[in-house]
Amino acid sequence: MKIVINNATIVTSSGVFRKNILVKDCIIDKISDDIFKEKGADLVINNRELLVFPGLMDIHTHLREPGFEYKEDIETGLTSAHYGGFVSVGVMANTNPVNDNSTVTHFMKCRAKQTGIPVELHPVAAITKGLEGENLTEMGELKEAGAIAFSDDGKAVKSSEIMRRAFEYAKTFNMTIFCHSEDSTLSREGQINEGEMSIMLGLKGIPREAEILGIYRDLTLAKLTGGTVHITHISTKEGVELVRKFKKEGVRVSCDTCPQYFTLTEKILMGYNTLAKINPPLRTESDRLAIIEGLKDGTIDIISSDHAPHHRDEKHCEFDRAAFGMIGLETMVPLCLELVRIGALDFNDLAEKLSRKPHKIFNLPTPKIKEGEEAVFTIIDPNYEWTVSEETLHSKSKNTPFLGKTLKGKAKYIIKGGKSFELF
Amino acid sequence: MRQDNFIWQRKDLLGTYDLSKEEILYLLDTAKSMEEVLERDVKKVPTLRGKSVVTLFYEPSTRTRTSFELAAKILSSDTINISVPSSSATKGETIFDTVKNIEAMSADCIIIRHNMSGVSEFIANQTRLAVVNAGDGSHEHPSQALLDLLTIRDYKGKIEGLKIAIVGDVLHSRVARSNLFALKKLNNTVNFVGPVTFVPQEFENLGAHVYHNLEEGLADVDVVMVLRLQKERMGRCFYPSEREYAGFFSINSSTIKYAKEDVIVMHPGPVNRGVEISSDLLDSKRSVVLDQVKRGVAVRMAILYSLLSGGRIEDSNK
Repeated sequence: MKIVINNATIVTSSGVFRKNILVKDCIIDKISDDIFKEKGADLVINNRELLVFPGLMDIHTHLREPGFEYKEDIETGLTSAHYGGFVSVGVMANTNPVNDNSTVTHFMKCRAKQTGIPVELHPVAAITKGLEGENLTEMGELKEAGAIAFSDDGKAVKSSEIMRRAFEYAKTFNMTIFCHSEDSTLSREGQINEGEMSIMLGLKGIPREAEILGIYRDLTLAKLTGGTVHITHISTKEGVELVRKFKKEGVRVSCDTCPQYFTLTEKILMGYNTLAKINPPLRTESDRLAIIEGLKDGTIDIISSDHAPHHRDEKHCEFDRAAFGMIGLETMVPLCLELVRIGALDFNDLAEKLSRKPHKIFNLPTPKIKEGEEAVFTIIDPNYEWTVSEETLHSKSKNTPFLGKTLKGKAKYIIKGGKSFELF
Repeated sequence: MRQDNFIWQRKDLLGTYDLSKEEILYLLDTAKSMEEVLERDVKKVPTLRGKSVVTLFYEPSTRTRTSFELAAKILSSDTINISVPSSSATKGETIFDTVKNIEAMSADCIIIRHNMSGVSEFIANQTRLAVVNAGDGSHEHPSQALLDLLTIRDYKGKIEGLKIAIVGDVLHSRVARSNLFALKKLNNTVNFVGPVTFVPQEFENLGAHVYHNLEEGLADVDVVMVLRLQKERMGRCFYPSEREYAGFFSINSSTIKYAKEDVIVMHPGPVNRGVEISSDLLDSKRSVVLDQVKRGVAVRMAILYSLLSGGRIEDSNK
């Protein structure tokens, strides 16, 4: 198998260059200033528009299998990830049964392999059994089965004592606690961000302080225990500030946000748009700007999607009854490219936040665009315009507030395992 | 007074937030002309003959439902009442399916009350039926606000440039929101008065003035609107006891003195005598509570007429 990529822009850790790449079998054979001979190659990509990124990873997805296959299953979820441009995904534990034991972890990994879709599935197993916040899971065994971190995502562990023990115990195995940080006693029954919109729409608010208190607690416990913490889907200005402060103090913390938090605000909820009902909720313009600032200065390490598929019926109902969450795997690339277009980030920052950091923070081999390395590329056409619709999305569910919107940028090829996949 | 060149365009009445000043005045004027019908011996006009109106109530109601039903009947439409305990909702049917079934039976209008905010808008977007919001959660209750405005206009001779205090559990009150939006459109000053748990500062963003004591909140007001403590919509810990609440926020013959001499006292009902309002004040001549109820029928006739008649005025009695 010989793949020639001529005239592309390659995004490497040492810079962004116009280069030519020759891939032989699975390996990057040569990177050169000279154009490679195209004759005899199994695949030739020669397009000056394209960007070659190291293979992208989305650390925060819900693929719903086992248990909620009517929303998504491992096959459709990985297909969505593949068409979104990802070569690996972190998968949350809130399945049924919960991924709180090595049998479920094994099952997820096996199902992923069976599908033959070129996306690695990395389970993020539960912190506590049944996500009930009471008893720790068998973290050592879960790690051996393939778990990359632990999270009770969506249901923050209520007891600070149990959270403390989780940090300590996970440290034994050099594992990260992946936190959906929220003081759920404060956000109880809330529907949207508390403030102007909740007052106007008469919906119960989720005060930003629920996230701030949650993040503060989890960072403080990481500091107490010397454990490693990852704060996921930061949505508030103060959350970003707390992470910045604790990073300075040397606490082992990383964090991510999602495109919805740097793209949208609570204003979109006017008219009770259930597709924009997510947790943490969409916040205000000043939060959105603070999150972009956090991405710029490196406080926010990673961008994840929090891909949360829900059946149409779970969104097509009274707002109070609607499920929290939106899908995001296939809209990640264009929404992240927007950060480059507005000058907040450059392509190298995107490679950091969508590929290098996600792999590195979760102790996975980091794809490198370097001679002698395995060729794992996401090749993006940054100018391709497409409309988000039920037909263009590959996820089993279509719950995204971006439905009907025209976005710019899409992954065009995936190169992985010595094979190439053309996505459109 | 009647705005003759105005043509009603909306399919639904979901709230006062979206209504223009002209639309509000049109509904008030139309209601005024309906009052004449209510004075007759034979309270019946054929305006909506052949139309059917369904009330779909997921929450208990006495006044609103009765007056909508009366309004519909006086206009000669056929009315059917569905309330949750007796309907399919208990069998797990979604509200969407319930409404689509009613639509399939060729009804013309559905009047919805629901305990969750936004439900009437959710329904209106997917049915050809005219939808009237008869109260959705803590969001809006437009027919109540319109009858309140009509009552104020009748007593004060105008509905612009007045100062109105709304006292009590504003946070959970759809009546407060609908009144605020409508009163602000007509350039009135609106004070929200109550403990911070019921009257958070954020209401200032919507144009209300926020006060946490009666003396300041009632100063110089023309109208005091008293709200009930909506225990069914509250979580825990919004107030320690009714006794303490009444001690600081009850409207009674001594606290009403903070307001203007000729103040009128209103209440959307149901009243908890001795809690948010004292019994003697409720029964005094300052209280216009029953006049509100009376105007409720005329206002609801005006709403149904506007949504369903398509501008036709048929009155064979004339």
